[in-house]
Amino acid sequence: MKIVVAIKQVPERDAQVRIDSTGKWIEETDLQWALNESDAYALEEALQFKEQHGGEVVVVSAGPERVGSTIREALAKGADRAIHTDCNDLGERDALGVARLLAAAIRTEQPDLVLTGLQSDDLGYGQTGVILAELLGLPHASLILHVEKSEEGITVRRELEEGWFQNIELPLPAALTIQSGGNKLRYATLMGIKRAKTKDVRRLTAAELAVADEPAVTLERIAMPQKQKSTQILSGTPQEAAAALVEKLKFEVRVL
Amino acid sequence: MSGVWVILEARDSRIGRISWEAVVAGQQLGAMLGQPVYGVVLGANTESLAAEAATRSLGRVLRVEHPLLENYTSDGYTHALEQLLRVEEPDYVVFPHTYQVRDFAPALAARLGQTLIGDVTSIAAGPAFTRQLMQGRLTGTYRHHGHGTCFLSVQSGAFRADAMESDAASIETFVPTLEATQIRTRPSAPFRASAQTVDLGSASLIVSVGRGIKGAENLPLVQELATVLGAELAASRPICDNGWLPMERQVGSSGQTVAPKVYIAVGISGAIQHLVGMKGSQCIVAINKDPEAPIFEVADYGIVGDLFEVVPALAAAVKASKQQG
Repeated sequence: MKIVVAIKQVPERDAQVRIDSTGKWIEETDLQWALNESDAYALEEALQFKEQHGGEVVVVSAGPERVGSTIREALAKGADRAIHTDCNDLGERDALGVARLLAAAIRTEQPDLVLTGLQSDDLGYGQTGVILAELLGLPHASLILHVEKSEEGITVRRELEEGWFQNIELPLPAALTIQSGGNKLRYATLMGIKRAKTKDVRRLTAAELAVADEPAVTLERIAMPQKQKSTQILSGTPQEAAAALVEKLKFEVRVL
Repeated sequence: MSGVWVILEARDSRIGRISWEAVVAGQQLGAMLGQPVYGVVLGANTESLAAEAATRSLGRVLRVEHPLLENYTSDGYTHALEQLLRVEEPDYVVFPHTYQVRDFAPALAARLGQTLIGDVTSIAAGPAFTRQLMQGRLTGTYRHHGHGTCFLSVQSGAFRADAMESDAASIETFVPTLEATQIRTRPSAPFRASAQTVDLGSASLIVSVGRGIKGAENLPLVQELATVLGAELAASRPICDNGWLPMERQVGSSGQTVAPKVYIAVGISGAIQHLVGMKGSQCIVAINKDPEAPIFEVADYGIVGDLFEVVPALAAAVKASKQQG
C-alpha cells in the first residue's frame, strides 16, 4: 500500500501577523513556520495505516525553500520519503492551481491512497484534497476521522455537522481529507530526526511539471477584520479587571 | 449564458436556514448585476422542496431529479450539476457553505476549470467577495476572472434571511443522465456517536475553554470559575481533540450551537469554526492574552491578560459578590 500525504507549511498558530507593503499578503520575515494542523493528523493516519498494513508513506509539499524544514519534520515522524515541489508563487495560484501542482507530482507515484488535511490554517480554503481527487480521477470522502481497511477497499468515518457521523465505503485508489482529532499525534523521536537526514527528498519545479498557472480567482487585498461589536476592554490588574467584569455581569447583564 | 443560481440544501426534508441565506446572497448579487436569480434543488423526490423554494422570490426553480440522487454522494451531485451547468451556463452559482458543499463543490468547480470562492462573508461592487483568512485574524477580498461561471459559497450567519420577500416562481424539472457505476462511494445512514448527556443548548451561563489553557492539568482553574458562576463548562475543538474534555462539551460547527445569556471564552482565539457555534450568545466575554485574537471582534467585554491570573481573580470576585448577596 502506497500512501501519499500532501502537507502544507503555514505560519505558526500564535504568530503575530502584519500586512506587507503589497497589501496582498502578510510580512513573512521573522515568521515562525509549522506543519498545518490537520495535515499533521493526515500524516498520523497514514503512519498508523502503514504500521498496521505495511507499505510506504510519501509526503508531498509545494512551496519555497523554507518548506524543507516541515518536510524534514514529517520524515522525522516516520514518512519514508518526500517530494518537494519548489515554487515561490504559491500565493498567486488559486486552489485549483495549487492542486494542479500537487496532482502533477502525485500522479507519478500512482498511490493507493492520497491523504491531506481538511483545511489549511492560513488561507483556509479547505479544497485541496477534494480538487486533488477530481484531478486524479479518484473517489473521495472529506472530513474523515478514521480509516479502516475493508475487503474491497476502505471504510471511513466522516464527520457531519452538529455531532453526527457517517460511515462510507470507498474502493482503492481513493483520496481523503482528514479532520483533526481522530488520532493522537506522535512526536518525532531523536532517532527519527537522525534518520530523516538521510531520507530521500525529490525536488521538482513548477516549470518541470508544466502546470498551467492562470488563476480563475485572485486574492486582491487583505485587511484587518472589521469589528462586529464594540468591545469594552476592561483594563487594570487581573483583580481590577475581574472586579469590573463582575460589576457588568451584575448590573448590566444581570446574571449574578 | 446568464443568471445567478442558488443551490439549495435540504435538512430533514426542508430547505435549511443557511440555504435561505445563500438565496439572500444570490439576490444581492442579482440586484447588483441586473441578473435573474434561480433556485436549484436536488434529490430523488424533490416536489415538496421545490414547492417550498418557489415561495421565495426566485424567478425559476429547477428540480434536478434522479433516483440515484436519493442520498447525497459527491459523484452523484457532481455529475448531475455538471450536466445542468454545461447546458445553462450561469454567470454565478451560489452554495451555502455546509459540510456537504465542501465535499463536492470544489470538485464540481474544478471540473469546469473554475475555483470555488468558499465561505464568503460579504459581497461588494465589482463584484468583490470577502472571506476570512488566518483563522479569522485577517480578511481577504477575491475576484473572479474570465468568462466562465463564478462559484461561491456563503458562510452561515453572514447574510440575514429573516426579511425575505415571498413571490411565486415557475418550477421545471431537469433529469440528468446518471449510471449506478458512476457513483463510486457507498455512504451509510448518519448516526450519533453516543447519547448526549450534556445539553449546552439550554444552559444560560457557559464558561468555555480553549488552547490557552495549555494542559489538562490546568482545567480545574476554569472548572472552579464555572462552579462559582453556576455555569456549564464547554470547550473549543482542540480541547476535545486532545481528550481533555468529552466531545459532547464541544461548541462550534462540529459540536453544539449555543446561545446562553453569557458566554465566557477563556483562552479561545475565536476561529470561525468556533464562532459559528456561539456568536448568537446574548453577552460574550473574552479573556485572552492576545489583543488581536478574533474572539474580541464578537465580544461585548474583553480582558486582555494572562488567563492563569485573570480566571482565579474572576472566580474570587464572583464568590465575594455572591456572598454579599
